[in-house]
Amino acid sequence: MSIEIRDIGKRFGDFVALDGINLTIPTGELVALLGPSGCGKTTLLRIIAGMESADTGQVLFAGEEATHLHVRERQVGFVFQHYALFRHMTVFENVAFGLRVKPRRERPAEAEIRRRVMELLGLVQLDWLADRYPTQLSGGQRQRIALARALAVEPKVLLLDEPFGALDTQVRKELRRWLRRLHDEVHISSVFVTHDQEEALEVADRVVVMNRGRIEQIGTPDEVYSNPASPFVYRFLGDVNVFHSRLQGVWAEIGRPPSGGAAAASAGSGGAAAEGGIAAPVATDDDAALAFVRPHDIDIVRAPQAGALQATIQDVHAIGPSVRVELAHESELIEVELTRERAEILALRKGEQVWLSPRQVRVFAVPSGGEEFVSGSGI
Amino acid sequence: MPHWLSLMVDSFWPLLYAGVVFTVPLTLLSFAGGLLLGFAVALARLFGPSPLVKVARFYVWFIRGTPLLVQLFVIFYGLPNIGIVLDAFPAALIGFTLNVGAYTSEVIRAAIASVPRGQWEAAYSIGMSWTQAMRRTILPQATGLAVPPLSNSFISLIKDTSLAAALTVPEIFQAAQRIASVTYEPFILYSETALIYLFFSSVLSSAQTRLEARFGRHSSPLGAAG
Repeated sequence: MSIEIRDIGKRFGDFVALDGINLTIPTGELVALLGPSGCGKTTLLRIIAGMESADTGQVLFAGEEATHLHVRERQVGFVFQHYALFRHMTVFENVAFGLRVKPRRERPAEAEIRRRVMELLGLVQLDWLADRYPTQLSGGQRQRIALARALAVEPKVLLLDEPFGALDTQVRKELRRWLRRLHDEVHISSVFVTHDQEEALEVADRVVVMNRGRIEQIGTPDEVYSNPASPFVYRFLGDVNVFHSRLQGVWAEIGRPPSGGAAAASAGSGGAAAEGGIAAPVATDDDAALAFVRPHDIDIVRAPQAGALQATIQDVHAIGPSVRVELAHESELIEVELTRERAEILALRKGEQVWLSPRQVRVFAVPSGGEEFVSGSGI
Repeated sequence: MPHWLSLMVDSFWPLLYAGVVFTVPLTLLSFAGGLLLGFAVALARLFGPSPLVKVARFYVWFIRGTPLLVQLFVIFYGLPNIGIVLDAFPAALIGFTLNVGAYTSEVIRAAIASVPRGQWEAAYSIGMSWTQAMRRTILPQATGLAVPPLSNSFISLIKDTSLAAALTVPEIFQAAQRIASVTYEPFILYSETALIYLFFSSVLSSAQTRLEARFGRHSSPLGAAG
């Protein structure tokens, strides 16, 4: 079932939680709502579920008005961050519960309930825990049971609120892959909320990046990562070097591609970016600008080149498969990530003078009054 | 047999009889009634419309703020003035029920409110109605939390029924007073009475442990994850 969200707004007192949200989720898609805490992603999910009411706007399920439907009439499955399993019941009864409380006419026979519950427990690979109580399970197991419980009533939409937020890294990774596979099997329209960009990029068909009650960008994981629509998205989706400069300065130093022409720079105003080559700066000299370069999009070279910045190596850390180099360019600290092979060839030492050659730069001109872009550290 | 022992043996049966015939029924009936009333008041305060919430709050405030003995006197000695005449036992029953209702309503309200909101939402999201969610997920969990404080009210009530003596209900304490007034041995009599109360409260409250075991089995003490 498709979900359509039209112009949803929600306030809590003076705080604007959601502001003019429009979003369409086609049938069968797995969508991530991604953003920092307080960005409104959970509120949006709860409004889709009917647990929270919107001040303005509409929610449509399969094209039909659902804005004022009660939770239990929406046929949504909901998975909570803290599981919310029924503690006084066994795992089996938790999953069976949704079927048992159906009106007599729709209620399946006991044998059918048993068959379906065991099938679902098999799907979440926990059929051997049927007789346990929730308090006897680990966090990861509880969350899988919660998922089985949500699926038992055959919902049209599955909503997950930070489903792996309370679990440790190892279990999170395992469970999100498992969620992806599960989604491919049951193929039900699903929306999950997360503040973990890795999780969103790995699991979702599409990612909705949210900030301060608004949608910053909607796109496939690849789109939002390689083509961020705003400085916020750029920053939120991974480590990034931010060069605080006057636009002209940025142009002189970073925007110019090296002689090979490998770097693509683009300039935009408040996120409306123009692609390719050296775009004419849309802002005047006085406007501040930010240039964004991901640490792995910078190469370190020994000889000066056009478009390369001179910098001094401050530190070299080998972290797992990559090597992180910290450099100083004038007063700015720059982080570069190299592969181990590249780092071995370069054999970098602390205090050395090298040149930085960015492969991909993105410039956002900050419109006057765009204070939020300027704040924050360089890295 | 020494005098004090024969006195105790002689008065034992009348006291036990008063306990079995008056104290125990008065306790059980008024506690049952008080629980029902307390549950209704708790629901009114948690989910009722605002006028009902006000009535419920007034009731709890009034009952908790006035002495039980005074409440009993108003019902038994006061009401006849406005044309409502009650026998001693029903008057005591009404008085204790109202009193228990006020105290237990607070316990029940707190227990229901302390079941995490996620449990309601989880119940709704798998298609339950309010009544189903209440009866099948919230109350079973709230009961576990409410049993220990409710047991407290219950034990207090067993002893408080001695106040019914003042309304001429022939329960344990009234029987003791009657015997003491003819034997002139108050020390022995009232000491024995205390022991008899101890016996009844021990027997009646032994149920608490079993109830706690039954309802508290799978709830974690902090009511957290699960």
